[in-house]
Amino acid sequence: MNTLNAKIDPRDGKLVMAHFYVAFIALAVGGLAGLLQTLVRSGKFVLPAGIGYYQILTVHGVVLGLVLTTFFIMGFQIAATSRTSGTLSNLQRKLGWIGFWLMTAGTLMAATMILLNKASVLYTFYAPLQAHFIYYLGLTLVVVGSWVDGAAVLGKYISWRKQNPGQPSPLITFMAVVNTMLWIVATIGVAATVLFQLLPWSLGIVDRVDVLVSRTLFWYFGHPLVYFWLLPAYMAWYVVIPKVIGAKIFSDSLARLSFILFLLFSIPVGFHHQLMEPGIDPAWKFLQVILTFLVVIPSLMTAFSLFATFESYGRSKGATGLFGWFKKLPWGDARFTVPFIGMLSFIPAGAGGLVNASHQLNQVIHNTIWVTGHFHLTLATAVVLTFFGISYWLVPHVTGRVLTKAMNKLAIYQGVLWAIGMTFMSGAMHAAGLLGAPRRSSFSEYGGAAQATEWIPYQIAQAVGGTILFVAIILMLYIFVNLAFFAPKGEEEFPIGEVSDKAEKSPMVFENWKLWLGITALLILFAYTIPFIDMIQNAPIGSKGYKLW
Amino acid sequence: MHLDEKIWLTLSFGMIMIFMLITGYQTFALEMGPPSHQETIDPEKVDQTAPFNEPGIKKIGENEYEVVMTLQIFSFTPNTIEVPAGSKVHFILTSKDVVHGFEVANTNINAMVMPGHIQKITQTFDQPGEYLVLCNEYCGAGHQMMSMTISVK
Repeated sequence: MNTLNAKIDPRDGKLVMAHFYVAFIALAVGGLAGLLQTLVRSGKFVLPAGIGYYQILTVHGVVLGLVLTTFFIMGFQIAATSRTSGTLSNLQRKLGWIGFWLMTAGTLMAATMILLNKASVLYTFYAPLQAHFIYYLGLTLVVVGSWVDGAAVLGKYISWRKQNPGQPSPLITFMAVVNTMLWIVATIGVAATVLFQLLPWSLGIVDRVDVLVSRTLFWYFGHPLVYFWLLPAYMAWYVVIPKVIGAKIFSDSLARLSFILFLLFSIPVGFHHQLMEPGIDPAWKFLQVILTFLVVIPSLMTAFSLFATFESYGRSKGATGLFGWFKKLPWGDARFTVPFIGMLSFIPAGAGGLVNASHQLNQVIHNTIWVTGHFHLTLATAVVLTFFGISYWLVPHVTGRVLTKAMNKLAIYQGVLWAIGMTFMSGAMHAAGLLGAPRRSSFSEYGGAAQATEWIPYQIAQAVGGTILFVAIILMLYIFVNLAFFAPKGEEEFPIGEVSDKAEKSPMVFENWKLWLGITALLILFAYTIPFIDMIQNAPIGSKGYKLW
Repeated sequence: MHLDEKIWLTLSFGMIMIFMLITGYQTFALEMGPPSHQETIDPEKVDQTAPFNEPGIKKIGENEYEVVMTLQIFSFTPNTIEVPAGSKVHFILTSKDVVHGFEVANTNINAMVMPGHIQKITQTFDQPGEYLVLCNEYCGAGHQMMSMTISVK
């Protein structure tokens, strides 16, 4: 580990912070949009100045689902690679900056079109609703920029392997590489629909678009997208959290195995978002449901590994009894407690995900607000609270400041407030969804229908939760600004855990990318080739574009 | 590998296998799979294409009905139907413009209705009452107004 940097090179740190500035601006804008949505849907508030509900819904989805996540993840992965595999070369850093500016330019283009109300098509942009071509072009730049950004991480990994032949790469670098590959393979789908279908169509070069093909390409991307969000949180849980609490990583090879399983099984599963659609053979839908279930396994492995780490740490501190170790955990440390709240939320979130994937159970909740409740536990709690937990040490680490006791306390309040707000909001969303309340719909009494009247108290609970969450966002932004500009100068550790002495050495087969990418490609071809050919052979005449907002 | 780890992984795989078997049994043996009809249609000629040239409800058997329905911004045609309790209703659906959703609240009816595709779904209505039908896929500024009712007497 001769290339391990205890402190990230300031030039790499600057690149990381650039990503984080955009991510936290996105948090402010997207959070405000989210607050407004819950208020509108309570039925007690009307948006001023002719702003549309679906316009702010598009802002919320794009800015939080795509911008906040992608910028934060790219920044974090660059930091993790630079910390454990050594400072980026000038070329690698230049790639990072080119990627950053491409993504930023793309974000601004898409944002401008949304603000001009030329793109109220939500972040999933389902055809034949047709946005302005600049919206699609902007999103393309975000994706292309992320590829260039990812090339910096891949480049560093390749040069590390050359300098350390026969050695397994540092664990967190390995994980960043898996997530970058997952992202590149996944985004090929969305790039294909945007470049070959939506852009030519919105420019008027072609008249019609095949709706089913476009949705299928989107969801080929859309499910691995959620694992692209989740894996950086798992990186922190596997590698950073053990060091924060003063424990060792339970098993290096188990961690690598679970990441490889995510690469293999998170992509050929997109049909579970399309279970209710015509034109796809039910046998192929079922096959992808089976593959979806398999992707649960690495998450269950992760849960085991984490709690094994916590328990062995507690016992090493003299804990006795079945759950005595629980009290020994460092609850006063925000770097641990805030991500831990995220981990806990992943238990109901994962269970809900199994419901969603379960073929005919999906029929009960598809496109109801249950689904919104689900991904506000996964993405907007488990993942986001872990990202906040990372920021508490990574921002001061690269700005040469420290997380003070006062800020640490505020950070814990922030996490707890988030948990309370999300319990209200996501809980009410799950409940209303089971009663049939739709997602992605503005306030409506549906002509006074009795069933819709039942949903309104839950919608008010969502607004209460949304308001609490917005307060938590303001706290987070305050902490971020403090850590970036005002906290006292000092050294904040970038915690990287060491593997337990008892763990076996990781076999080199994990670094065999020809093998893993090969199996990934085979699984994708297996799950998609025949139904995709079916779709094209039996395609109806395409659809013209509609602008209906 | 640690013994506890083996136990945990065995339980995990076991649980997942059970889920697979149950969903598989329901889908293939009990025919409870999600709506996946395969026919297509020209979305701009829906009004001229049978059976959508005559949307409405038709009795096709003892306690059995067929409902031919078009979805378009921001309405369902027909926009109200009535059936006796215990009726089995076959819905035949298509969209004249963008993607819509067909959801009957408090039932298992939930289907995407896409332009160019014909979708079919069947439900037996045992409980009398007014059922709210709504579009659950964003279709434009009036999306939240798109609804109809099914009265089960």
